[in-house]
Amino acid sequence: MTGTVLEVDGLSVDIRTPHGTVRAVDKVSFSARRGRTLALLGESGCGKSMTAQAIVSLLDPTAEVAGGRVVLDGTDLVAADEQTRRAMAGPELAIVFQDALTALNPVYTVGTQLAEPFRIHRGLSRKQARREAVDLMARVGIPEPETRVDTYPHQFSGGMRQRLLIAIAVALSPSVLLADEPTTALDVTVQAQIMHLLRELRTERDMSVVLITHDLALVAEQADEVVVMYAGNVVESGPVREVFDRPRHPYTKGLLDSVPVHAARGDDLKSIGGAPPDLHSIPSGCVYQDRCPLARDLCRTCRPEPAEVAPGRTAACHFSAEVK
Amino acid sequence: MSTLSDKAADGRPATGSDAPAGGAEPSAPARDSRVGLWRMLLRDRVATAAAAVLSLIVLTAVFGPLLVGSAATEQHLDNTNQPPFTFDDGWLGVLGTDPLGQSVLARLVVAARTTFSVAAPAVALALAIGALIGMWAGYHRGLRETLAMRVADIIMSFPSLLMAVVVLYVFSPSVANLVVVLAITRIPVYLRTARAESTELQSRLFVDAARTFGTSSSAIIRRHVFPIVLPTLLTLATLEFCYVMLAESSLSFLGIGIQPPDVSWGLMVSQGRSYLQTAWWLTFFPGLAIIVTTVSATVLAAWARLATDPAQRWRLTLPRRARHRTRTAPAPQEAQS
Amino acid sequence: MFHFLRRRVLTSILPLVAVLLGVFVLARLTGDPASLYLPESATPDQRAAFTERNGFDDSIWQQIADYFGGVFRLDFGESLRTGESAATMALRAFPATLQLAGATMLIAVAGAVVIGSWAAFRPNSLADRIASFLSMTAASVPDFWFAITGVWIFAVGLGALPTSGVSDGMSSWVLPVATLAIRPLGVLTQVVRGAMVSALSAPYVRLARSKGAGGVRVVSHHALRNAAAPALTVAGDLTVSLVNGAVVVETIFGWPGIGKLMIDSITGRDFAVLQATVLLTAVTIFVLNIVIDVCYALLDARVRETARV
Repeated sequence: MTGTVLEVDGLSVDIRTPHGTVRAVDKVSFSARRGRTLALLGESGCGKSMTAQAIVSLLDPTAEVAGGRVVLDGTDLVAADEQTRRAMAGPELAIVFQDALTALNPVYTVGTQLAEPFRIHRGLSRKQARREAVDLMARVGIPEPETRVDTYPHQFSGGMRQRLLIAIAVALSPSVLLADEPTTALDVTVQAQIMHLLRELRTERDMSVVLITHDLALVAEQADEVVVMYAGNVVESGPVREVFDRPRHPYTKGLLDSVPVHAARGDDLKSIGGAPPDLHSIPSGCVYQDRCPLARDLCRTCRPEPAEVAPGRTAACHFSAEVK
Repeated sequence: MSTLSDKAADGRPATGSDAPAGGAEPSAPARDSRVGLWRMLLRDRVATAAAAVLSLIVLTAVFGPLLVGSAATEQHLDNTNQPPFTFDDGWLGVLGTDPLGQSVLARLVVAARTTFSVAAPAVALALAIGALIGMWAGYHRGLRETLAMRVADIIMSFPSLLMAVVVLYVFSPSVANLVVVLAITRIPVYLRTARAESTELQSRLFVDAARTFGTSSSAIIRRHVFPIVLPTLLTLATLEFCYVMLAESSLSFLGIGIQPPDVSWGLMVSQGRSYLQTAWWLTFFPGLAIIVTTVSATVLAAWARLATDPAQRWRLTLPRRARHRTRTAPAPQEAQS
Repeated sequence: MFHFLRRRVLTSILPLVAVLLGVFVLARLTGDPASLYLPESATPDQRAAFTERNGFDDSIWQQIADYFGGVFRLDFGESLRTGESAATMALRAFPATLQLAGATMLIAVAGAVVIGSWAAFRPNSLADRIASFLSMTAASVPDFWFAITGVWIFAVGLGALPTSGVSDGMSSWVLPVATLAIRPLGVLTQVVRGAMVSALSAPYVRLARSKGAGGVRVVSHHALRNAAAPALTVAGDLTVSLVNGAVVVETIFGWPGIGKLMIDSITGRDFAVLQATVLLTAVTIFVLNIVIDVCYALLDARVRETARV
């Protein structure tokens, strides 16, 4: 594929729990292209955040990568040593976290924190780095950056804090920017502004954005491609428009049907019956079998691999042709 | 302390927003969690050892004196300052004898009871008073809280040993006075903790709910605040037990704690001090007894703090093997169960 | 900041007075100094004269009023034993204890930060387990036992260190400081480790790592400053209880400090000296608490703001 900067191939993550080791991310593969936005879509607990954390090597101590590759500009981050990964964190790969209040260090001024990437990777002096920080703040739309650079995170509003996080992430113009539910904690108008800013920056710096979200509308508006995850597995992937127009996996279809776009007053809202499986008791066949209207014997015994269902589209379903 | 309880307040591991559905704290029935606690204790070898040692010491303190009988006070002036680790005089002589020919082992056992009979009531008394006042002050806030905290500050800002020295000098050293003095100096510790947690709880929704039903404040404290504060306080009490034991030893060492012919570990160290060059075992073993007891209690308290904190509990579940990254090819599928 | 300090001073006067009052009353309950300072053959007249000269025949209220009146004029009374000014005696003993405490806390804090951070960096690793166990053991050692065992091994056995006194330069410091430092070191290491473990798993550390910050930078820049507050609180409490240790250590090592002076004045019913030493200790602790509060404010902007209001 042309312009591919990040290729995730068969990435698996295991978590240790008191009741044994479980697989939270199971052989996830996708590739992200420069100047495009790829959305990782799924319910909470489906492993999408875990995937993002594995990519940036920031997994919890209880979790570890059990296999697969994360190739960024020709370097496999899973196999790379600590030093290589550190050198790439910032200039090549950056992440925007969900909760900006806890993600910013409460005891340092925002200027210090914005300046840090420049200090670490470019060896700039305190003064130079501060100037860069002010420019960055201006770029992400924070008013009066000259004075606000010396204030602390708690003196900013939620939206402004998210802008600060984005500023830190794009400081060194990385090739890939992961955004882990960047707007979940914000109200709708601020959400729109933040997404607009992300889009602008993506075009301006020719980055690849990987948007992790559970918000279908956000995916429809922002993303070029979508990877739908369920219980740690990729169930469907492809260009957003095509996937949303004609889902080829029953889970994607269920998700889309549950959006009340065409619902009239008095209609029952559709929802997917049941709940995602406990990671300790993921069935041996298809992960979606318990909630799937199409499930039959084959689904109970044999897990479907993602297969190409159309050019650039995959679905992991034995009966994807029947999804309507 | 506050950061820990903040995390506990979330009710979920603070790490990772995408915790698996079947993560560290499934909504298992309460009965299950007790069994889980036991299993978790057994999994941690150090904590298990600490619990075993501590149980042994407690049993010794309770039943030991019956076993050794009068051996602790029997003088054998023909058999003084015998070195330890010989079985010439039977098992009672295994830790040597003192200048009066008394068995060090027998005296250690008897001293264990004295030490515990000071430390345990002092801790219980301080815990009860401190917890009550603390919860009451934290629940009602306002003047009551300020007043309680001021008094606690006064007690805390004064070195406890000095206070004990002055008081014991006035009221003559006895077990009862020791208990009272040690309890008073340690009340603020529980008071502060109970207040902090209760302040946090009184603003919670379930307390609000109880209040809207017209539940009296004492009933709310009893039913809603106390059960939540208790585990923290019990862990704290375990640590405080060590502190009180050390304080009693220091006072006995200084000559204003336990008085002869009674004997405590601290007093034994003090009495053996002048024989340091000729009979090291007289001071060494009582000191060792203090250390072993204190270390066991500390280890157990540290474990309990982790085990009762949902945000920290996962640490206990990590396998013991070195956690280097596995770089092998994709793990086999059947690894999941 | 000024308002904050003024408020602190005002709210601390009451506890100071309370402590002093308590000691004053309790001290007088310990018994009549006359029986200690006069020969047994002293006549009732001599006893009465002694009692009157020292004002012990006045009512307790009168005595309290006289004493606090004196304190306002910076007159703290005289020692019954030596006739010297109590303030002079207390101030003379003070530096010895202060130096001891300073050296102790320096070692304890520095050691705890290094060991605690190192252990917290890899939670549950073998190194962490060893460090945790050792720090728990250190926190459990009775100071008097450690002191006399130290004397036995290093002074009596090896002859490497002096048994007591301050006359032998640096080597006379080793055992007293080691004795005083071992428990604070153990306790603080555990606190630092705990605070660092939670700081290192905080989201802001993830952010720092995502910027490419290395282990040393994450620990020293990002986690340590956040972990400092709980450690500071405990360090303050430990410094207060250092006075406890000083009493024991100064008695064992014959260190001419304030702890020894206190014990001597209690057993000698030397009320004026006892009160002067207690007052000095209490004021020192009070100053220490203010310093700690200022440190909080310096570490964290959020504290500065609440203090300003």
